[in-house]
Amino acid sequence: MTTTAVSPGYADLPRLIALMTGDDKHTAAAQSTVDVLWVLYDRVLDLTPATFREPGRDRFLLSKGHGPMAYYAVLTAKGFLDEAELADWSTVGSRLGHHPDRRRVPGVEISSGSLGHGLPIAVGTALGARACGHAGRVVTLVGDAEFDEGSNSEAVVLAGRLGLEQLTTVVVDNQSSSHGWPGGIARRFEVEGWETRTVSGRDHEALYEAFTAAHPGRPLAVVAVVEPKG
Amino acid sequence: MPNMRETFLSTAEEIVDTDPDVAVVLADISAAQLAGAARRHPDRVLNVGIREQLLVSTGAGLALAGLRPIVHTFSAFLVERAFEQIKLDLSHQDAGAVLVSYGASYDMPAEGRTHQSPGDVALMDSLPGWTIHVPGHPDEARRLLLDSVPGDGRVYLRLSAQENASPYFGVGFQTLRQGSRGVVVAVGPMLDRVLAATEGMDVTVLYAATIRPFDAAGLRAAVTDAADVVLVEPYLAGTSAHCVAEALADVPHRLLGLGVRRDIEVRGYGELADHDLAHGLDAGSIALSLKDFLR
Repeated sequence: MTTTAVSPGYADLPRLIALMTGDDKHTAAAQSTVDVLWVLYDRVLDLTPATFREPGRDRFLLSKGHGPMAYYAVLTAKGFLDEAELADWSTVGSRLGHHPDRRRVPGVEISSGSLGHGLPIAVGTALGARACGHAGRVVTLVGDAEFDEGSNSEAVVLAGRLGLEQLTTVVVDNQSSSHGWPGGIARRFEVEGWETRTVSGRDHEALYEAFTAAHPGRPLAVVAVVEPKG
Repeated sequence: MPNMRETFLSTAEEIVDTDPDVAVVLADISAAQLAGAARRHPDRVLNVGIREQLLVSTGAGLALAGLRPIVHTFSAFLVERAFEQIKLDLSHQDAGAVLVSYGASYDMPAEGRTHQSPGDVALMDSLPGWTIHVPGHPDEARRLLLDSVPGDGRVYLRLSAQENASPYFGVGFQTLRQGSRGVVVAVGPMLDRVLAATEGMDVTVLYAATIRPFDAAGLRAAVTDAADVVLVEPYLAGTSAHCVAEALADVPHRLLGLGVRRDIEVRGYGELADHDLAHGLDAGSIALSLKDFLR
């Protein structure tokens, strides 16, 4: 008789997230991203522990490093991390902190925490992939409040002008920006020439369709709307 | 003869023409001069417009994708305006890059304070692991750029309008004059004026175009019984004082740090020579400072 190990799935994420306690301030941030992260790692990105060092791989850059519990949970479910590591997170002996560190955690493309860095770095990474002839896509996740940082604006403009088709930005919108984005955050991308999709950040099919929509010659922005931050 | 900036631009063009792994990132400054290279290599000569945060972040992203970025603009905008991007997107990500600035501390004196950057080396010095080159001659700038491209280290190459008459290509502190009453360290473009100021004085003159890593062994070897050390640096006075203190931790010594003054903002226009005088960095002022200190 043979047995087949069952990989953890979406249903395991709440349990994995619950193993990481002590960052209550950012629980909302973690909960807001969990579905987007799952769809990306489960169905959209070609990214596994076996391929994450290949130059032409898909790349996921978590810009909004706050509340990385959902990120670590998805990385665990996909085999990048061992579940046994999660409970000790943020201790001195752990490599998992409240903000991820790419030098310490395999599969983490960028260290984040200070806001407004992931999208600009992703522009450079997409330009580099293009210069190297790599077809892998570059996806970065930002928050709607993180989008307040002006550095994002510099990146949105340039990516639009250069038609960086390999670049996708997903904005998880839980309406936590202090001054808001009247008319929807997608407008900021549209005016700079991006293809945009605004979908429910809880609807896996809608997210999948948005991430896989054709957008020839233009970067893609997916606004994933979730319940407002309480 | 081409100045440092012109030499850098022609050398960078040679590099991107011959090395498919190198990219040049600009923020409008010098984009006109590299327009031909950009036409030949549109994927690797990139002008992001007047966006210095994105300038540095783009360089970091290119490095993460496997390219070797040369990132260039004026020193005030490259280091001071985009410092968090240097700290996080390059250092903290452990991404390599060659940052090349032009403008030094006050190379464009008529432009005023907005175009001055005397604190750039001190800022870069607050980050571990950066190699910092302060060439004193266009030929040194070319050699240091060519030497910086291989590998994946983090390098800051600080170009200036001020230069010495001759290049020196040695490694570490080079002894250009030997004496017994003290050691004067001249960094980059300060050399010729230090040589003029020390004419006839019984002092050792050391020269460095690479100030980080600091050649502690070279300084230690030059220090004799009279452990009097004078730093003459073309940026914020005393920027390398902590390196001297560390190199001579067990040697009783005195130290004078000359450089761009810290006590006031020199609020004026004029010529380079006017600012040299204001900071006490002309040959005559340096000579007076040395005579006073080494009395």
